[in-house]
Amino acid sequence: MARSTRTLLVGLAVVGAGILLAALRVNPYVYFAGYVILQYVVIATAWNILGGYAGYVNFGTPAFFALGAYTAVFLIQSTRAPLPVLILAGGLVSGLLGLGIGYLTLRLRGVFFSIATLALSIVLQTMIINWEYVGGSRGLSVIRPSGPPFGSYVTFLFAVMVLLSVVAVTVARFIERSWVGRGLAALRDNEEAAECMGVPTLRLKLFATTVSGVLLGVAGAPFPYYVTFVEPTSAFNLDYAVNALAMPMIGGTTSWVGPVIGAVLLGTAQQLATVTISSEMNLFIVGVVLVAFVVLAPEGIVGLVRRVRGR
Amino acid sequence: MAPALLEVDGLTKRFGGFTALNGVSLDVTPGERFGLIGPNGSGKTTLINCVSGALPADGGRIRFEGRDITAVPAHRRTRLGIVRSFQIPKPFTSMTVAQNLAIPLEYAAGARSDGADVAAEAMEILSTIGLESKAHTRPAGLTQIEMRKLELARAMAAKPKLLISDEAMAGLSSAEIDDILAILFRLNERGITIIMIEHIMRAVMRFSERIVVLDAGERIAEGTPDAIVRNPVVEKAYLGE
Repeated sequence: MARSTRTLLVGLAVVGAGILLAALRVNPYVYFAGYVILQYVVIATAWNILGGYAGYVNFGTPAFFALGAYTAVFLIQSTRAPLPVLILAGGLVSGLLGLGIGYLTLRLRGVFFSIATLALSIVLQTMIINWEYVGGSRGLSVIRPSGPPFGSYVTFLFAVMVLLSVVAVTVARFIERSWVGRGLAALRDNEEAAECMGVPTLRLKLFATTVSGVLLGVAGAPFPYYVTFVEPTSAFNLDYAVNALAMPMIGGTTSWVGPVIGAVLLGTAQQLATVTISSEMNLFIVGVVLVAFVVLAPEGIVGLVRRVRGR
Repeated sequence: MAPALLEVDGLTKRFGGFTALNGVSLDVTPGERFGLIGPNGSGKTTLINCVSGALPADGGRIRFEGRDITAVPAHRRTRLGIVRSFQIPKPFTSMTVAQNLAIPLEYAAGARSDGADVAAEAMEILSTIGLESKAHTRPAGLTQIEMRKLELARAMAAKPKLLISDEAMAGLSSAEIDDILAILFRLNERGITIIMIEHIMRAVMRFSERIVVLDAGERIAEGTPDAIVRNPVVEKAYLGE
């Protein structure tokens, strides 16, 4: 009980610090870049619930992210729904997609599951391209609501993303330390043996794909207001798939800290590279770092630290 | 005769055009040491997969403690008390030996309470099987015999009523076989019914009270070890005419 109270306090402190930082109104670029990094904290954490805990590598991150974003676009177009509604709806729709993907695991494992998720992303993108109401292939301009807190909408979105990150990380940490997390680890190691040891593998997989989907959708829902112009190529960008996988791999996939470390490090490096060198250097950095880690530290930074500590 | 613990009735399993099991029936009584033998490819492992729920049966019924479990998923059968070990050990590689046992303790044996109880119980099982010194090692650091013991220990942690041991002794030395046999005898003395699938005749013959022989997906003989050894049909199945 004391432990969960402490977790709650730490979470609230982080949110508080985020709001404080937003209220300080420092250089706007800080919020602009901070939003992207935090968005990756949510994405990497969400990906890791399925990819790291359950061992099902999802290449379809863009599908879930963009579905959250386009659910928001649809709701903005049709009802001008407020941001909290967009986030909840984005999470719900992507969660349903996650549940559907979960049933795929009945037949597809390993690399075949990954291929199917990649295909899913392409199928979904094609559908959006052909849907005029949300902008089709030309894209759509979104007008931000007026009079945001902290004086600027990006600053406000930054504070929202701090909150969403804390929620995502708390969920991941809770799963990891509960019997659900132990069951997921068992099925990651050996699905057949897990089932034979009483682990309801299908139910746990459905849980993991759904929660992962919800959080990815949640990460995507504020995206239209952040960019103000949504078009399929950027919403379904392959960067999301690569980063979602690379960040947990670099940080370490077996613990909730791993994706956070990976997202902060890689996200920051990408932001710095974008302003100092060129925006094309992003993926190059990810590639080099990812290869280095897979070869030299397959258990990520968390694994390295554990090894140094002699565990 | 006591009512059967496990009743398999006319079980059929096909893989495409190949019939792996053709209307196999058998029953196992509570507390029995039951041997299942047959040449390679005779359907022993398929039968076990159907009984444990890893494969759906194409025909026939399976009852456990009088209850029809033909459509019950595998993890639920484990909770009912049907637990199997694997021919090729399938440990949870990212966990320590003790954590390997915690999974069935938590999921199958219904010990939902976190922490001390599960850990203590895991250690208790490991010490009865002689693996307590390895409790905090990962499976990658185990020898072949220790791996088999882990497989059995993990099955024990699921608190089975019926333990199906699928070739737990293949590839082990004579002394190691005696070691595993002693463990299985001890489990049986505690009231656990055991089905042993084994190619090592010395072990099955010594262990089993009753043996069923499969050949090409059909049941060809049943009897005490002595009767099975002298059965000409069994001899023909193994050695040909």
